[in-house]
Amino acid sequence: MTELEANPQQNHGALAARWRALTQARVGLGRTGVSLETRDLLDFQRAHAQARDAVHSRLDAVALAVELERATQFEVLRVCSACTDRTIYLQRPDLGRRLDDASRETIATLADGADYELIVIFADGLSALAVERHAVPLMKELLPLLAGWSIGPIVVVEQGRVAIGDEIGLALKAHISVVLIGERPGLSSPDSLGAYITWEPRPGRIDAERNCISSIRAEGLSYKLAAEQLRRYLTEARRRRLTGVELKLESGTERLMDR
Amino acid sequence: MTFAHTIGQTRYTFPDLRALLAKATPMRSGDALAGLAATSAEERVAAQCALADLPLSHFLAEHVIPYEADEVTRLIVDTHDQVAFAPLRSLTVGEFRNWLLSDDATPERIAAIFAGITPEMAAAVSKLMRVQDLIAAAVKIRVVTRFRTTVGLAGRLSARLQPNHPTDAPEGIAAAILDGLLLGSGDAVIGINPAADDVTSTARLLRMIDGLRRRFEIPVQSCVLAHITTLMAALEAGAPVDLVFQSIAGTEAANRSFGVTLALLDEAHQAARALKRGGVCADGSTGDNVMYFETGQGSALSANAHHGVDQQTLEARAYAVARRYRPMLVNTVVGFIGPEYLYDGKQILRAGLEDHFCGKLLGLPMGCDVCYTNHAEADQDDMDSLLTLLGVAGVNYIMGVPGADDVMLNYQSTSFHDALYIRRVLGLRPAPEFDAWLEGERFQQLRLEVGNPEGLPERLLSV
Repeated sequence: MTELEANPQQNHGALAARWRALTQARVGLGRTGVSLETRDLLDFQRAHAQARDAVHSRLDAVALAVELERATQFEVLRVCSACTDRTIYLQRPDLGRRLDDASRETIATLADGADYELIVIFADGLSALAVERHAVPLMKELLPLLAGWSIGPIVVVEQGRVAIGDEIGLALKAHISVVLIGERPGLSSPDSLGAYITWEPRPGRIDAERNCISSIRAEGLSYKLAAEQLRRYLTEARRRRLTGVELKLESGTERLMDR
Repeated sequence: MTFAHTIGQTRYTFPDLRALLAKATPMRSGDALAGLAATSAEERVAAQCALADLPLSHFLAEHVIPYEADEVTRLIVDTHDQVAFAPLRSLTVGEFRNWLLSDDATPERIAAIFAGITPEMAAAVSKLMRVQDLIAAAVKIRVVTRFRTTVGLAGRLSARLQPNHPTDAPEGIAAAILDGLLLGSGDAVIGINPAADDVTSTARLLRMIDGLRRRFEIPVQSCVLAHITTLMAALEAGAPVDLVFQSIAGTEAANRSFGVTLALLDEAHQAARALKRGGVCADGSTGDNVMYFETGQGSALSANAHHGVDQQTLEARAYAVARRYRPMLVNTVVGFIGPEYLYDGKQILRAGLEDHFCGKLLGLPMGCDVCYTNHAEADQDDMDSLLTLLGVAGVNYIMGVPGADDVMLNYQSTSFHDALYIRRVLGLRPAPEFDAWLEGERFQQLRLEVGNPEGLPERLLSV
């Protein structure tokens, strides 16, 4: 047995508390033998369970559409990607980027005469929980900042990935699309929402052509700040007629996310 | 060249080497996504049978990506050692598996053929191996590297201390470093994935670790896993750069998507070696392995740069890039990429053992980031299984993340506690230089200062 193993740190609790004030990482965990203590083990399992539940939870699209309609007075469309369930969604990103046939027809019926500056799309992504929690409060902050914009119907997508906004945006002839989507849950962030802004959405757009605001959640970026950042991106995108790496705005909070 | 194998009434054909290798690969979601996977279990076994009968020398004649189209292929072909290959020349892939597992294949004899094995040969033989074969063959291969510690010796297992923080806050990173050191992690490297890829914060973090290392005479090396061009700029600005990091992949196009070429890697390697920052190691030699590479199955497909080659073969080709630079550390970040490439714990587990085996067979100091994301069908039990199997297989190092929860990259890896667990159950020790430090006065001094209420991490690390 080494010196290290024989002598756990004295006053471990006080030390751990001091470290935890400096980082949200799981520093200062005690040990029994060399293993985690029961309390810390279960704390981890709880966090993982929440993240797993978030990934596999099904978006209640009907309820969300009703809530959004009531809160915003906008028409709300419900559509679905070509993924029929979560198992397929997780293994086939290509299908999550395309509408299923019925949804494509639904959108097509509204395409006649459509011509919007902006279309807002909510997609479950990897956390339906994020969309269910943040969609309405975020829209309440955002819409007053977009007075004067011509905005199309709000679209709610089940089993969607970011790029599904390209097909929807093109069909509805929107100059800019914003896809608000549940991000991959971290161990302590099961409900993080991301926003992807795309100028002239059309299938084939790549990540470098979008701008992203991430970590919209109670413990992360607030609705108010997220709405303000969205307004800045949208205003600049409309003025400069582009999004992506060339439109990087000065800010400490946004960063490009993978897909 | 077309390959074929008949099972019962069905004759399965495979139009070329790429297709044969892909269809022979044990099931994983990434190959299915790419449309390359076998369409039935029987087709997979037929491909494995055809592959088993293929002479190794065929791999020198047919390339999975054309020589003219890809600099990784050119590297593989141009550096192939015919003399080292001579003992293998008459073997088929199936016979190669038999030989690797035989008592005739001693550690010395395997080491003598490293330069004669191409990545595609290593990938091919691994596709015919079960999990226990991947372990039994790998455990015979020790690849030892040195900087200030010696990593990869028999009876040793090292840990990379990974103290990431979502905003690179130095005091938060410092707290995680101290936590890890007190729990015996860090002998592979103290390696930070930065949130911001810029020269100023990279240099600041490097200076912070260097100050701590000097003050407590800790035998460790540091690395900030920024883009290689960022690290080169920090190096030129005088930052204390120990190891130079880069993510690499098995095709030229995938490497370009990472922003690197072989020429750029050559340049960085030379610059880092010229600093001569390695220390005198336990055997009296001065450490001069200065590169740190990370890889992972699926990265080429993710970059739309896979040329119709299966993800495991491409992963082995990334090792051809790595071995050009005699790296200190290479690890496969096996479960990070997500379920569209490796769906569940079973696929992640096998991939981790394949990568470890193929890397070792190509002469690399393989570690593994035993890890998963929350959208993969995997959990801590799967990680415990892979960790334990890799420990048995003789992995050089694993990651040490506080509580296994990386709060910057949002995935789960192994913890400081996990490193203590695997060392204890398998009777392994840290790197010899670090092991001696843990038993010495300077470690006691660090413990005392950390325990002192005034000894806050930010003060401890001010330099």
